[in-house]
Amino acid sequence: MTQASAQSSGYLADGRIRWTEWLPWVAALGGFFLLPEYLALGSRILIFILFALSLDLILGYAGIITLGHSAFFGLGAYTAGILSAKLGIHDNFLQLAAAAGAAALLGAITGAIILRTRALTLLMLTLAITAILLEVANKMTTLTGGADGLSGVVVAPILGLFKFDIFGKTAFLYCLAVLFIGWFFVRRLIYSPFGAMLTGIRENTARMHAVGAPVYRRLVLVYTISATMAGVAGALLTQVNQFVGLNVLGLEPSGDLLVMLILGGVGRLYGAFVGPVVYLIAQDYLAKQYPEYWYLGIGLLLIFVVLFARGGILGILDKWLPFSKPRSSAKASAR
Amino acid sequence: MAPVLETKKLCKSFGALTVAQNIDFRLAPGDRHALIGPNGAGKTTFVNMLMGVLAPSSGEILLAGEDVTRAPQARRVRGGLGRTFQINTLFRNLPVLDNVALAVAERSGLALRLWRPASSYQLIKDEVMALLATLGLADDAEARVADLPYGKQRLVEIAIALGLKPKVLLLDEPAAGVPSEESNKILKNLENLPSEIAILIIEHDMDIVFRFARRITVLVQGEVLVEGAPEEIARDRRVHQVYLGEGTHG
Repeated sequence: MTQASAQSSGYLADGRIRWTEWLPWVAALGGFFLLPEYLALGSRILIFILFALSLDLILGYAGIITLGHSAFFGLGAYTAGILSAKLGIHDNFLQLAAAAGAAALLGAITGAIILRTRALTLLMLTLAITAILLEVANKMTTLTGGADGLSGVVVAPILGLFKFDIFGKTAFLYCLAVLFIGWFFVRRLIYSPFGAMLTGIRENTARMHAVGAPVYRRLVLVYTISATMAGVAGALLTQVNQFVGLNVLGLEPSGDLLVMLILGGVGRLYGAFVGPVVYLIAQDYLAKQYPEYWYLGIGLLLIFVVLFARGGILGILDKWLPFSKPRSSAKASAR
Repeated sequence: MAPVLETKKLCKSFGALTVAQNIDFRLAPGDRHALIGPNGAGKTTFVNMLMGVLAPSSGEILLAGEDVTRAPQARRVRGGLGRTFQINTLFRNLPVLDNVALAVAERSGLALRLWRPASSYQLIKDEVMALLATLGLADDAEARVADLPYGKQRLVEIAIALGLKPKVLLLDEPAAGVPSEESNKILKNLENLPSEIAILIIEHDMDIVFRFARRITVLVQGEVLVEGAPEEIARDRRVHQVYLGEGTHG
């Protein structure tokens, strides 16, 4: 009898952190010291990793399919931006908290409405919500700056000590710290009974109903958690760029995010790390080499992954590197 | 004994098509009741109404005396109603242990815990392992459900339902699609179920029905044709007509 393969959540999964799980952090710190000229790109990657983690939670674990996750990212970005540029609140934590709160509220309200639907209907509704927000941001020029974007964002030194410098060092380490907290939280969550329950909903919704799970309420809950994280990621982008543009809302950032996650691998936590790294570096490189055709390269990459590596880049690594697999240890076994 | 599950004049129609008509049904603790009837008699519709998958057009459903006619499925399950599915409805890609643990976690109110790893909830795992042992599935706890033979998958269906510690257990063709030597094993397991659970079994296999049930309800075209002890049902001329088709089509 074959054993249950690679459990990355559930009652047999070993919840302890493996040494391989420290590699992304080592790599990030290595990048900080070795590639100082790429720190702006690095911060962007860290922000999108956080954003992708939030998507993985609902798409990869709970099975909620969405093209509208930018609604929360964008709302978070604008909340932080408006707070700073219009209301003069420059504390970075207050900005993050406000962005998180606004995104959570939007997630709870829209989730309660649209999560009664499924599949294509749900997909279209998520898209509609971010499209509406894009239009609102476009029209409310006094608050958002409309198509010109919102400039004049100021972030006070973090903890009163660390000023955002022009080389982006503070920004990078700040994003890394927030991402670390986000990662730690998501990791706890997916290894917990809550995470196992989400996997249950994704694997067989009818069965979860039959074991007495109020599935709809659970979906709204996880959608709200995910929205909150996406809002924080959006606020980070505002703080790092000190600017908000309309490109944080609508189909495009949602679609890019989805492509990143699929590239990395859906429903396995670290796919959200690998995807943005590959996507954004490829984008950076291709946009310099072929400014007009860079999407072609991304497209080819995506086609390759979808045709030959359904588990994403991490799925390929699984086949080549046995140790990249999460193990279900003997200690975690039931006896 | 006071019924733990009761329906009063339960009706369901889809437009002009009536699939359940004035079904009065009672199940007491410890009952072993079978629901039989030819294809299309409305057996699955009846189960779906009991579970809250389908809303009845009229009538009442009482669970432990409480009106649950319009209650969502989750509330009925928490009220003590468990079921198995005619077609395996399992978490195929998850280990057997997780399949049952998800049910146990829901029942014990631990499903929303989101900090400690699931694998550290020894209480849940112990209960699941004990349950799997009684069904002869202990060695398969870590196997993926999809890798199990079909007969064992049917037992996982039962294990999940038992993980809910139900007062009422609805078994929708528990041995469907299982070869006869394995269906015997399933039947043995059914006979060993805790005696206080009220069990309603929907089954086509008359061997199983007559060996397991102490009471039988025959459903035909959405109506209760007759209810009685197995001997009475076996003798009933109308039942023979329905099953053998004598004179039913005029």
